[in-house]
Amino acid sequence: MLSAEVAVIGAGPAGLSAAIEAAKAGAEVLLIDENAKPGGQLFKQIHKFFGSKAHHAGIRGMDIGNRLLQETKESGVKVWLNSIVWGLFEDKILGVANQEGSKSIQAKKIILASGASENAISFPGWTLPGVIGAGAAQTMINIHRVLPGERVLMVGSGNVGLIVSYQLLQAGAEVVAVVEAAQKIGGYGVHASKIRRAGVSILISHTVKEVKGKDQVEAAIVAGVDKNWNPIPHTEKTFQVDTVCIAAGLRPLAELAWIAGCEFVYLSELGGFVPVHNENMESTVSGIYVAGDIAGVEEASTAMEEGRLAGISVAMEMGYLGKEKAEEIREAVGERLKSLRIGPFGEERQKTKQRILEAWQRR
Amino acid sequence: MRVLHHPVLGKLRKEKVVKITVDGNTLEASEGEPIIAALLANGIRVCRKTKKKGEPRFLFCGIGRCTDCVMIVDGIPNIRTCVTAVREGMRIKTQVGLGEWGSPGC
Amino acid sequence: MKQGIVFTGVPSMEELVSSPGFPSKNRLRKGAVAVIECVQEIPCDPCELACPFGAIKVGKPITNLPVLFEDKCRGCGLCIPPCPGLAVFLVDTTFSKDKALVEFPYEYLPLPRVGSEVDAVDREGNVVTKAKVLKVKNPKKYDHTPVVSIAIPKKLAQKVRGIVRKQRA
Repeated sequence: MLSAEVAVIGAGPAGLSAAIEAAKAGAEVLLIDENAKPGGQLFKQIHKFFGSKAHHAGIRGMDIGNRLLQETKESGVKVWLNSIVWGLFEDKILGVANQEGSKSIQAKKIILASGASENAISFPGWTLPGVIGAGAAQTMINIHRVLPGERVLMVGSGNVGLIVSYQLLQAGAEVVAVVEAAQKIGGYGVHASKIRRAGVSILISHTVKEVKGKDQVEAAIVAGVDKNWNPIPHTEKTFQVDTVCIAAGLRPLAELAWIAGCEFVYLSELGGFVPVHNENMESTVSGIYVAGDIAGVEEASTAMEEGRLAGISVAMEMGYLGKEKAEEIREAVGERLKSLRIGPFGEERQKTKQRILEAWQRR
Repeated sequence: MRVLHHPVLGKLRKEKVVKITVDGNTLEASEGEPIIAALLANGIRVCRKTKKKGEPRFLFCGIGRCTDCVMIVDGIPNIRTCVTAVREGMRIKTQVGLGEWGSPGC
Repeated sequence: MKQGIVFTGVPSMEELVSSPGFPSKNRLRKGAVAVIECVQEIPCDPCELACPFGAIKVGKPITNLPVLFEDKCRGCGLCIPPCPGLAVFLVDTTFSKDKALVEFPYEYLPLPRVGSEVDAVDREGNVVTKAKVLKVKNPKKYDHTPVVSIAIPKKLAQKVRGIVRKQRA
């Protein structure tokens, strides 16, 4: 059986950051990703990031991605792409399948950084070709350079819905409107302002009622909803569109944590079922760590910091980093994480992450 | 439609053209792109039909998670077209239901 | 319909005027000045580093709204491209007897041609006037955030914040 000191599963911002920290400290790291290219969702983020200089503020997501890839190469991390981790057995044995077949790998420490997946919402017509996740639209336009459609209705006004609407405009599509079922816009005001200036309507207290079309999307009917999500009669509006993007939130992709026996806690603010972990990102199964969206859906900046925490913690546990040095770095990362989780958008996430720590105490 | 010029990503690099067939029709695709991108670039918006009602299904998640975009590729059904790259001479068929093995695109 | 950025996506005049990045009427009368339309506390501070004259301060915590020190502001416009929110503009009400100059970030194709006439829009994307394109700056250091300058009727200086995107061929 093959072995690896540290197996990091998922080569998105969290996984890359974790692999780099552990490898820099001297651990032998194997980074596994099911995709043909590493980077997770980072390379689709063609907008400039927020935060401070330490968070790569003002740098576009794909440029941050390239920096991480470069560091990964320089740190001597072994990378397996097109490889799917299909099993996580007792004693940290992984089942991995790729072109060469299926193999078992004995790991000493495991960091799960498998990210999140988009939620679907159902309504009549939701299966028609042309109804796609907002992330799917982003993948098509920014990675594959094809338009998924020409006239789009965006459902959901969180940052994903607003940013992808903007990027659809940049790619040459028309976004007729963004609808938001809640009573206010979910994402940053500045993202909303950009698309308003570009002529995109934002309808709060509205949601998609039905999508019509014979073999593909031809029109979308939206309706007003009250604060209890009940449809308001006679408020329907029809939009002639060929694409309806669903930006209804993300939820952690945590199957491996489930089958490893990790404890979970349900926190809708962070996307749903989240594996319980402590401030060092260790789950309730000793030696299995989590980082990034799998540990609660936030953003790329927090994913990178959590990845660092996991990588440092793993390196320390294995004796590659002295306790004092590890504490020093962890504190600095902790401060940076805190500075991302403040303000009207961040403080909710900070409170919710705190509840995970409380669940850890109660385990 | 391909995004040839992008304000942030720049001009689309010219990739080698590969020829694939979809339901017997020869199409041009760009080397290395996933099948779904080639379909979109060629104006095709169906991957499969459901078994009972023959309803069309197409792309949903785009990253290999949902399996809404599966098609029969070179005789093998249930291939996720959003994460499978095109190859010269690839034969792709609209899948009906669970598809059938050994039935390459005609 | 409720006003305010969380309801419409457009900052209301109250929100703008009460934010520390918005210049006073007095300063606007004196010439080119940055107009920072940042009204929500988001962890973000590239604008502070962008100003070579120390006219923008965010400090800590980085959720602080950026403060514009309008007397230090020379109206150079270097703060426009680095803002990830595309929320920084430049306004010069002294451009000419009846025209004001407005500079804004514009990340679309095609870029407008210098000297051409375009439709200028307000914060809601409504066309409010025709405008002449004076400059289009797109150096490498702006990292794909070109800055467009247009001349518009002076009375619309606090309304115009962009132009209509042209349909691509």
